[in-house]
Amino acid sequence: MNRGKKDFSDWITTINREIIYTILGLVVIIPILLGIKEKVQISPAVKSAYESIESLDSTDVILISIDYDPASMPELQPMLKAILRHAFGKEIKVIMMVFWPLGLPIGTEGLEEVAGEFGKVYGEDYINLGYRPGDRAVMIDMGREIRNFFRTDVNNVLLDTYPMMRDIHNYNDIALIVGLEAGRWGEYWIQYVGSRYKQRIILGVTGVMAAETYPYLHSGQIEGLIGGLKGAAEYETLIGRPGFGLTGMAAQSWAHIAIIVFIIIGNIGYFMTRRKERRFRIEGRKE
Amino acid sequence: MKKRVPLLITFITGFIIIVSFFVPHRPFGQLETETLIWYAIIFAFTLVIGVDSLVRLHIKHIRKRKKGWWYSIVFFAGFFYCLTIGIISLIQTPNIFQPGTVFFYGYETILIPLQATMFALLAFFVASASYRAFRARNIEATLLLIAAVIVMIGRVPAGYKLWPRLPVIANWIFDVLQIGAMRGILIGVALGAVAMSLRLILGIERTYLS
Repeated sequence: MNRGKKDFSDWITTINREIIYTILGLVVIIPILLGIKEKVQISPAVKSAYESIESLDSTDVILISIDYDPASMPELQPMLKAILRHAFGKEIKVIMMVFWPLGLPIGTEGLEEVAGEFGKVYGEDYINLGYRPGDRAVMIDMGREIRNFFRTDVNNVLLDTYPMMRDIHNYNDIALIVGLEAGRWGEYWIQYVGSRYKQRIILGVTGVMAAETYPYLHSGQIEGLIGGLKGAAEYETLIGRPGFGLTGMAAQSWAHIAIIVFIIIGNIGYFMTRRKERRFRIEGRKE
Repeated sequence: MKKRVPLLITFITGFIIIVSFFVPHRPFGQLETETLIWYAIIFAFTLVIGVDSLVRLHIKHIRKRKKGWWYSIVFFAGFFYCLTIGIISLIQTPNIFQPGTVFFYGYETILIPLQATMFALLAFFVASASYRAFRARNIEATLLLIAAVIVMIGRVPAGYKLWPRLPVIANWIFDVLQIGAMRGILIGVALGAVAMSLRLILGIERTYLS
């Protein structure tokens, strides 16, 4: 047997990374360009998040915390829009705040866009508190009085000038907290607000964070969990308003298939090479 | 004195926070609010310290002509660009992140594409790394590989089309198998945090003073 000659097993284990990148790029781009929308199965975690908001009415207020930046925008922005559409559709009032400074513009953009769709009025139906440093300190003290840290809104206008905020002082006046998380703030909401003030919380997290957030769902510390782009797509399905979550799922679906195919090819090559090496060793011993 | 004062501050602050958790009434509730406001103010100053150390580091890189020193020039270009448009926008409106400001324009046209690109690259690296490194070398690696493939395919619509039971199995792996390990890790982390907090409050742990 000629060891120097390249055979199928050598070829299969040395596919250029440029080829892998190109294939992956194509399977992601094509479904998005074609606008393909895939049907998703609703998971119990997302269903319970949906039901938490569904259980509220027009007298209730929810607090949405934007704890992500543009890097996590493709996963979390569709969640924000879907939740806002659900809330505004039910006439629920919305307070938005930010613990990640660079999340403020994208949060504001999402809020203004959806509020515009529903004809909501700033200061009456929704309010944007903006960013404050000190995360855990802000979370804890908002349980006493929101104005301790947010005397003004994002536009530097006193909170009391807005009709919506006149009767809202602390978590007793907020029905539900929705944390959209790409960092540790989700855990802070659970540990510092959920446990201390018995506040109802649902979380939307990036795909990679979903695994570590599940224990909080099982223990009942959060009412619902929306994980990654799939979670966003499920929420869009539940509210009957397909958006980028569902379009993105088609791309993600094909990307996952491509990665699995690469794993299978890599392993076929690995076993073929191993068998070839074993044969070489046996032949070497015979010689 | 140099050590006693910070130790005393740590002890008093920790004591106030713990007591006010159980007794939220006066004077502890009030004291906790004051402490938390101070925490937020100090937190804001750490941002300034962060900028200061970053600027110093890059000045050093440029002065000593360290490998890749010209990246530091790119840093300063970005730093002064953000500073300038931030100040201009602040004159325009109190909220510099308001759509229509110069700062927002820079944010939308530079920062969002840059961050999105950085994060999107991850998918390509994952694909390449999976192909090269995800091998069924032994039983443990094989089990991990099988679980990963089931979860990956089971959590996308293609999995359901392939076999409707796949998402159920994927959810079971997520809900049962991984959650046990994750719970153990979380309990361990929480116990460690409690122990470390007590060491700090009681002055046993003093490494932060050096």
